[in-house]
Amino acid sequence: MMTLKQSRRLQSVLLGTLAWAIALLLFFPIFWMLLTSFKTEIDAFATPPQFIFTPTLENYLHIQERSDYFKFAWNSVTISFGATIIGLLLAVPAAYSMAFFETRLTKQTLLWMLSTKMLPAVGVLMPIYLMAKSLGLLDTRLGLIIIYTLINLPIMVWMVYTYFKDIPKDILEAARLDGATTLQEIVRVLLPISKGGLASTALLSLILCWNEAFWSLNLTSSNAAPLTALIASYSSPEGLFWAKLSAVSTLACAPILLFGWISQKQLVRGLSFGAVK
Amino acid sequence: MKAIYKAFFAMAGLCTATLVHAETITIATVNNSDMIRMQRLSKTFEEQNPGISLNWVVLEENVLRQRLTTDIATQGGQFDVLTIGMYETGLWGAKGWLEPMKDLPSDYGVDDLFPSVREGLSVNGTLYALPFYAESSITYYRTDLFQQAGLTMPENPTWEQLGEFAAKLHQPDKDQYGICLRGKAGWGENMGIISTMANAYGARWFDEQWQPEFTGPEWTKAATFYVDTMKKYGPPGASSNGFNETLALFNSGKCALWVDASVAGSFTIDKSQSKVADHVGFATSPTQVTDKGSSWLYAWSLAVPTSSKHKQAAQSFVTWATSQQYAQLVAEKDGIANVPPGTRKSTYSDAYLQAAPFAKVSLAMLEKADPAHPSAKPVPYVGIQYVTIPEFQAIGTSVGKLFAAALTGQMPVQQALQAAQQSTLREMKRAGYPK
Repeated sequence: MMTLKQSRRLQSVLLGTLAWAIALLLFFPIFWMLLTSFKTEIDAFATPPQFIFTPTLENYLHIQERSDYFKFAWNSVTISFGATIIGLLLAVPAAYSMAFFETRLTKQTLLWMLSTKMLPAVGVLMPIYLMAKSLGLLDTRLGLIIIYTLINLPIMVWMVYTYFKDIPKDILEAARLDGATTLQEIVRVLLPISKGGLASTALLSLILCWNEAFWSLNLTSSNAAPLTALIASYSSPEGLFWAKLSAVSTLACAPILLFGWISQKQLVRGLSFGAVK
Repeated sequence: MKAIYKAFFAMAGLCTATLVHAETITIATVNNSDMIRMQRLSKTFEEQNPGISLNWVVLEENVLRQRLTTDIATQGGQFDVLTIGMYETGLWGAKGWLEPMKDLPSDYGVDDLFPSVREGLSVNGTLYALPFYAESSITYYRTDLFQQAGLTMPENPTWEQLGEFAAKLHQPDKDQYGICLRGKAGWGENMGIISTMANAYGARWFDEQWQPEFTGPEWTKAATFYVDTMKKYGPPGASSNGFNETLALFNSGKCALWVDASVAGSFTIDKSQSKVADHVGFATSPTQVTDKGSSWLYAWSLAVPTSSKHKQAAQSFVTWATSQQYAQLVAEKDGIANVPPGTRKSTYSDAYLQAAPFAKVSLAMLEKADPAHPSAKPVPYVGIQYVTIPEFQAIGTSVGKLFAAALTGQMPVQQALQAAQQSTLREMKRAGYPK
């Protein structure tokens, strides 16, 4: 017969094992990509897959010779940060008005905003392409910043709205009684309280912008092409390419993985902010 | 002092003039080894033409196709040089979206281009793209396995013969499969090989009134042969194998036979990527009741869209990249075996035929290919492994899915053919055929 202490210990071990198993399962594709990037093309295609092989850096050297990695990376950084900053500047006032001055249409407005995410992107390719062409925004970073801002805005408004809803209205009322203007109320009171939530919203937007491929491939050619376009350039219809594709994918993922790793504390705190009341 | 000022202003003037005349052309291309080589060697073009600088956009084939279609249909003008195939050249040339390739320099040698390739890139006799490299389909086989089994590959095999060889060489317990063919659904994937097989069996996509013929005896025989042979002697999971997957299987020594693009020839004998490099034999693409349309023809070509803002500069690059001089440059820098194949008669010199053992067979197939007469019966369309109509991409892929379903056993061959007939008929009626 197990004691309560033993039973709890067993439960904790089982849960820990399960958590590790899920974590390893989620991490495996990234691990495999990293491993493949150090293989030759023939090793990368081998069946059964090889775990033990002679590592090579030739794929990374090939990428360095053929492509201007830093140009693509700089475009990714500018576009992702640009779209995230503008997105936050729009999402915060929108969420503020919806969270603290709710009307009978607020819920419907929120649902309508989210419903725009359900439209397949290819459905609006032609009109957006024509608009971008007419406005001279094809192959420009500004064009992609505008598109990414609009794509991510519904999710950003929803997230910020959820965080704002958890903040007691009394705090804002107290600020108002002290003579704070709306801007002061938002900047001096609301934003400092919800900075964890805003950080996680910004991070999520950054990740979504960084990984977006459809619009970046369709609206850019050379000047504004981000890392997703660089990855696409290493896929080949004729010949073996998995190892090179893995190397370029590793290089493309590395900055955002590193950024996520550094800011994971903020991200976890922000994500659990709205969940625990 | 005055002299210094004069020199300064003269230099400034010269720089300004250079800046004013400097043109940047954007070239959209795919990540194939020949194109990457072109990108590397294009520095020579920039040196020869100081007023032109090149901007490269390399994309995956399907992405490139979608991207170029969007841009050219909206006259976006994002690209000055397009890398396209024969299918797009025919369609876009007819719509007036491509610049005609007129006034080519006298030393270009337009008559040196293979007539089949030239014809495939022309609309009503006008050339709309210049061929960079062309490919046909050929048979690859393992000479060591044939020798061990006491078999001899005929110079011009039939599909039934390949089926018999496959049965004798199929040893799945040794990880050795009789025959490997594409199975992945797509108009450019499994339908490439299935269409040429069907042509060899005397089938055609449409009769003279644009009626599909999938339920006819020719298609039935071809489809039954394809599905039965692949099920009995093919590798497991063949329905997800495209060109690259099948190439990997052959290069790792798992296929006794393979019928696919001639461009794979150089990959199969390259020791850095093939375990069977010393044991590869080449034969013509299989025939059956006819040799008409039994080998496909495809040419990656360079074209200039009418939306380009630098047409003249773009055309001079296209001319350079597809010229005999470029072929000589490749031979000098990377060896004669790496010269872009299949476009010019002059490429097939004795030295080239010796360096590329598959070239002789490939040449025979290229000379025989006739996109205007792809079947033993008369047809209303142009194209061997495809039909040059805008609707074909969707139709071909939809039919390809049905063949893949038959290959995985989700439906019998007859049912797949019936469904192919119905869906193609529906699409063609919707598109307004017969015209």
